[in-house]
Amino acid sequence: MRGNNVLGILFSNMKDQTIRELTEMRTMGSVPVGGRYRLIDFPLSNMANSGITRVGVVTKSNYRSLMDHVGSGKAWNMSRKHSGLVFLPPYGSGNVLYQNRIGALSGIREFLESSKEEFVFMADCDVVANMDIQEVVRAHVAKGADITVVYKRGELPDNMDGTTTLSVDMDGRVREVLLHSRDTGVHTFDTSMYVVRREFLIQLINDAVSHNLKDFEADILQAGVTRYRIFGFEHKGYAGIVTSMNSYYQLNKSLLDADVRAQLFPMDRPIYTKVRDDMPARYGMGASVKNSLVADGCVIEGEVENCVLFRGVTIKKGARVRNSIIMQSSIIGENCDIDYLILDKDVEIHSDRRLMGFESYPVYISKGSRV
Amino acid sequence: MYPKQEVIAMLLAGGQGSRLGVLTKNLAKPAVPYGGKYRIIDFPLSNCTNSGIETVGVLTMYQPLELNDYIGSGRPWDLDTSRGGVHILQPYQRSSKVMDWYKGTANAIYQNINFIERYNPDYVVVLGGDHIYKMDYSKMVAFHKENKADCTIAFMEVPMEEASRFGILNTNPDYSIYEFDEKPKVPKSNKASMGIYVFTWSKLRQYLEEDELDPNSSNDFGKNVLPNMLNAGERMFAYPFEGYWKDVGTIGSLWDANMDMMNPKMQLDLSDPSWKIYTRSMEMPPHYIAAGASVQHSLISEGCNIYGDVDNCVMFGNVTVKPGAKVEYSVIMPGAVIEEGANVRYSIIAEDVVVGKNAVVGSRPEETPTSEWDIAVVGAKVKLGAGAVVKAKEMIDEDRMGVE
Repeated sequence: MRGNNVLGILFSNMKDQTIRELTEMRTMGSVPVGGRYRLIDFPLSNMANSGITRVGVVTKSNYRSLMDHVGSGKAWNMSRKHSGLVFLPPYGSGNVLYQNRIGALSGIREFLESSKEEFVFMADCDVVANMDIQEVVRAHVAKGADITVVYKRGELPDNMDGTTTLSVDMDGRVREVLLHSRDTGVHTFDTSMYVVRREFLIQLINDAVSHNLKDFEADILQAGVTRYRIFGFEHKGYAGIVTSMNSYYQLNKSLLDADVRAQLFPMDRPIYTKVRDDMPARYGMGASVKNSLVADGCVIEGEVENCVLFRGVTIKKGARVRNSIIMQSSIIGENCDIDYLILDKDVEIHSDRRLMGFESYPVYISKGSRV
Repeated sequence: MYPKQEVIAMLLAGGQGSRLGVLTKNLAKPAVPYGGKYRIIDFPLSNCTNSGIETVGVLTMYQPLELNDYIGSGRPWDLDTSRGGVHILQPYQRSSKVMDWYKGTANAIYQNINFIERYNPDYVVVLGGDHIYKMDYSKMVAFHKENKADCTIAFMEVPMEEASRFGILNTNPDYSIYEFDEKPKVPKSNKASMGIYVFTWSKLRQYLEEDELDPNSSNDFGKNVLPNMLNAGERMFAYPFEGYWKDVGTIGSLWDANMDMMNPKMQLDLSDPSWKIYTRSMEMPPHYIAAGASVQHSLISEGCNIYGDVDNCVMFGNVTVKPGAKVEYSVIMPGAVIEEGANVRYSIIAEDVVVGKNAVVGSRPEETPTSEWDIAVVGAKVKLGAGAVVKAKEMIDEDRMGVE
């Protein structure tokens, strides 16, 4: 059966500033990840696999690459007569660009009001996970919650701004919300994925706007922790969270772990992405590849170790590439020696170059550079 | 009312491909996997799209389930348009008395005259679904128009000593055809017909209707329609094609064509952005090569997990090669699993096969008496137990227990 009473809202620009280099020309949602994906593929596929057929993608700036990638939503089976995928760029006169989640939600009030679904599932594009959103919605209903926050338990991500942490009681109710936490050790933290009843969300937003409140986490979650029934839902599976260039690098590297891949890419809940029609990767004589993820369209004649190679990457003879993330269509010339690099799309490294970063500080080379 | 289409294509995809043995047991030949992520039919379909042909009728008959599903709405090939697009045409009950299968290639087109007429085409391109090649059909149509031809047949020059295996076209210097020579013992030319035809539709329609009335006809293009046209003095031309063109109708040629993919000098460039070969892709992550693996001179697709040694292989999506397994000079189709210590050489392993621990499939030609050597083939979903042996030249479609 089609449709399931849940409306999806994806914030494609939220937290762009955490990886400023990668989002200079694109949204958080269109940042390449995992050899053939963009960050938005994960939440969008989760929605598709959970039967959500109406999704609003909230954009603010730099969204050309995102529109190009997502298109009409066909790859996610969301190009439909009923509902489907809707781009929500800023519009209207006198409207300043939103600066926060409440502003963004207020800007799409008409979309929220004209939707029919009972529940809203909201997410940003900074979490790489494979999850069943229906489970979250079922828990939301079972607990009679006003707001359900999907949380993760573990080490806090290395976020410049800190992370929102939660205290959750035995019953799953959120008792305390702490902002900008920079503690070390194991914590329970917010993943910016929320379930709210649609009408209640509209009411929350109207109320926040009238009181000139701006911050969803501070002014709604934290301030409303006793007033509202806020519950937590733990995502127990793998979740890679992008909070900095370093965490972006680690997230890509973590996909070299078979267990992580098994959790992210189960056969019955695939992660969809735009098709590129490349031929399979070609390995030449003398190629040597160890512990690496290689996408279609790559041509490998050199040595590759501990790397993620995106679609259409060329590694020429004698080149040695280690511990690096190399995005779509980049070319590594003959006899290059490369270690701890993040290469954006269409970078060309000419022959015999040596470029080194460090594990805790991978060097980023911007899109289209010639070295 | 359908918009007029100057050119439409009819793709004959109903054949069984019996020479592919177990590979086509439950699968029509055009749906047979090739080249790591493609199926044979991707080539003519992509050629149509890239040539600007917007309407393609695909005539299916033998084991059509998987093939029909695969074609679907035609979206991967950009053929899901409302102006025409791809249509699956199966034999149907024409009246309370007439219930025919497609009796021959010409009869298959005859039975779909109504489909063709909807688009009121000037030219019809007739294609087969058993070759790997890239060809711009629009150039062939232009050649057809230039010569004011009634029928144009594409040919490829083959080595003279192989010419007797083909249907040979004997032509005048202006490429007009004066004679067909089907598998001649003493060939007069080396122009082998590729089974790709362009017809002026009004002429073809007339000959199809006449052919249908002839009770002695086997309703075949090569045997009946084309000779009839030539005898009647219609303008028939041979269109020269140069480039990669490979029949994949036998186990040996299918294996060869796959091995060609690893040759850097191969003329068929599948990474050329101006003439991509489209395919319905599976949703899988990039493939993973483990620290202990060795991959040389091979083609590997997304979703594979390689922990063993792979040399001169074409690996389709989602293939697993476990640690200690060795695979060489083989074609491994989607979803197959090669367990620890297994040895697969000079073989074609079909979809979802499990090759058990330490099993041995195929052998090297240099280590096998010539009379006993050929490619070993394991049919879809077959399970080989631990230590099982499949000899060179064997073709199996039943599970086999191993001898530990």
